[in-house]
Amino acid sequence: MNDETIAKAESFPARFTDKLLMGMSWAEYSKKLITPFNIVAMIILCVGFPLIGLRFYKGLAAVTHSSNEYPWSILLGWGLFAGVPLSATGYVMATTVYILGYKKYHPLVRLGVLTGFMGYLFAVIYLLIDIGRPWRIYYPMAVSYGPTSVLFLVAWHVSTYLTVQLLEFSPAILEWIRAQRVRKWAILITIAMTIAGVILSTLHQSALGALFLLAPGKVHPLWYSTFIPVFNFISSIFGGLCMVIAVSTVCARWLRDKADDTFLSNLDPLTVGLGKAAAVVMFVYFVLKLIGVAHDDNWALLGTGYGYWFLVEIFLFVALPVVTLSVGVKKNSAGLVRFGAFHAIAGIILNRLNLSIITFNYNLPDHFHHIVPPAKEALIVLSIITFHILLFRWILNRMPVLREDPDFPEEDH
Amino acid sequence: MEKARDGGKKGTVSRRQLLQGLAVAGGAAIIGTSTEVFADGKFSGWPDRRGMLTDLTECVGCRSCEKACNEANRLPGPEVPFDEKSVFERKRRPTASAYTVVNRYEPKSSDKPLYRKVQCNHCNEPSCAAACPVKAYTKTPEGSVLYNADVCFGCRYCMVACPFYVPAYDYDSALEPKIVKCTLCYGRISKGGIPACAEACPAGAVTFGKRSDLIKLARNKIRKNPDKYIDRIYGEYEVGGTSWLYISSVPFDQLDYPNNIPEKPLVEQTKGFLSAVPMVLTIWPALLTMCYAATRNKEGKE
Ligand code: SF4
Ligand code: SF4
Repeated sequence: MNDETIAKAESFPARFTDKLLMGMSWAEYSKKLITPFNIVAMIILCVGFPLIGLRFYKGLAAVTHSSNEYPWSILLGWGLFAGVPLSATGYVMATTVYILGYKKYHPLVRLGVLTGFMGYLFAVIYLLIDIGRPWRIYYPMAVSYGPTSVLFLVAWHVSTYLTVQLLEFSPAILEWIRAQRVRKWAILITIAMTIAGVILSTLHQSALGALFLLAPGKVHPLWYSTFIPVFNFISSIFGGLCMVIAVSTVCARWLRDKADDTFLSNLDPLTVGLGKAAAVVMFVYFVLKLIGVAHDDNWALLGTGYGYWFLVEIFLFVALPVVTLSVGVKKNSAGLVRFGAFHAIAGIILNRLNLSIITFNYNLPDHFHHIVPPAKEALIVLSIITFHILLFRWILNRMPVLREDPDFPEEDH
Repeated sequence: MEKARDGGKKGTVSRRQLLQGLAVAGGAAIIGTSTEVFADGKFSGWPDRRGMLTDLTECVGCRSCEKACNEANRLPGPEVPFDEKSVFERKRRPTASAYTVVNRYEPKSSDKPLYRKVQCNHCNEPSCAAACPVKAYTKTPEGSVLYNADVCFGCRYCMVACPFYVPAYDYDSALEPKIVKCTLCYGRISKGGIPACAEACPAGAVTFGKRSDLIKLARNKIRKNPDKYIDRIYGEYEVGGTSWLYISSVPFDQLDYPNNIPEKPLVEQTKGFLSAVPMVLTIWPALLTMCYAATRNKEGKE
């Protein structure tokens, strides 16, 4: 070993900690970590993570409400079925900027891609906790193929798309660690990755709905429709748009110092623009939902208990946010648009929970018993959400997502 | 498609073609052969497949079948002994330690209670098999629908998909949970034997045989005794037909048989979706590349 390599080996760890601690010393950094938010987060993690351990020690029965009648509980209802459409942020933003050429949305692309990537990553984490033998998760890809299964499609697409999104996000990581040459390559494949991303998303977003096509007679007829794949795909578009609005709102408030001027000063007009697109797509979705009822001639069912619930979903959680978004756009009020976006997100969550949990097996006695998750399962979910937020913040604090790195100006891809 | 290529800038043509090629090839690999699903419509394979005919009017609720099944499959002992009648107080379903259970019904239209034996119906085109992403299920020529724990990763989609609420799951097992369900005593019938429950039934309520023969038998019974039976063989057409068939003196929905399921195999429900997949895989890349080329040119001019 000559002197030069030794010097390099010494400087690498130093540079590494410098990156991790954002230029602070250990003492400074740990002092900064003690905030009320972090303390609450730690408490949640300290309760939730051991419960995940319990699941792997005593089985799913010890922590969840999954049963023989209701195999999928809130872990998947929330983590996968609601989580994935809200992670459509990556493909909607990349399409807007790189495919449709709306370059002014560029400041939001990375945030969209990161939100999407993290959403999928965590969907997989929920899945790993829920499925019986998580170490076999690659089986559909490598060991035994079940191509007649819609879930086979979902497995392939979610895993491929996760990789695609990591590649899409890689320029930010590479800028962070200053890997100039690799970054050039990463930028080159942006378009290919965007196109692949849109294809994969179209398919698995709709496939997540198509999963339930195999269960007629189990899902309530107002939610069971041959259009489920279309409903799920379309709602993922405005789900993604609204999530970008929501996440950027939160970032602009709590991570202001990590954002640059371009991001902050453009945010309001861009929010209104995204809100406009979301309102249009959401309106189409609303009309399609009504057509769905007409197509299956389910009008009579609207007079039943589930019918009222259905009306609550489509009027209070689809139509109403459409109105809020539209008024917000018309008045050019980013605040109103933000309000509508959060509301629309709640609507998507409600819809996916309705499909996968609340109306699933509606005809079994004791149906309502399983809808409320047991405390342990709720705590597991809460701790994963917390971990999700912490990791997300960790990345936003370090990598150039809300800002452009002055050393790497935007290139024309 | 061609037009878009020609319309694009010279220098980007090869790159775009490359991207398209990659996307399509990648897509094809991802989806595999999803369109060659099951055969269309009526299941025509394995004409010799076996089945079971349950005559619900004959069943006396003695639970001998439960006991025989438990012993034949070396399942854990029952919580309540097999001769205990108190189990009828609530409706049970197959669980991780019971492939079959008998429930009691007291429908108004019948003067005596009726007993219903529940187990896997061994569908002709099983939706559990269509659902499983790792192909853990196989429909054998003998009629059994078998499950292979060696590839199962525990997603439980098969349970969501089974219209009869059959597959049960080992929720108490932390590391090696598996699906548990009736095998139609595959080990016995493939050697020429008969299923343990059919052998054990003292009342002759369960008959094993070729499915086509059983249908004839059931029809004969109904024809000879039209006052005793309602005119329907449950399982003849439900979800494309099942190996397990039932005849009864009261309508089946009074005995909790699902009556809102289609006559077509459930796999038909997803066929439309799966066959649209290759279309998306081929049309999308072209369309998106066109869009990209168009907006790129537009900006080039600005
Ligand atoms: S009854 Fe259910 S588990 Fe049995 S073969 Fe049919 S779908 Fe599969
Ligand atoms: S639980 Fe096992 S058998 Fe059932 S669908 Fe999933 S992988 Fe297949």
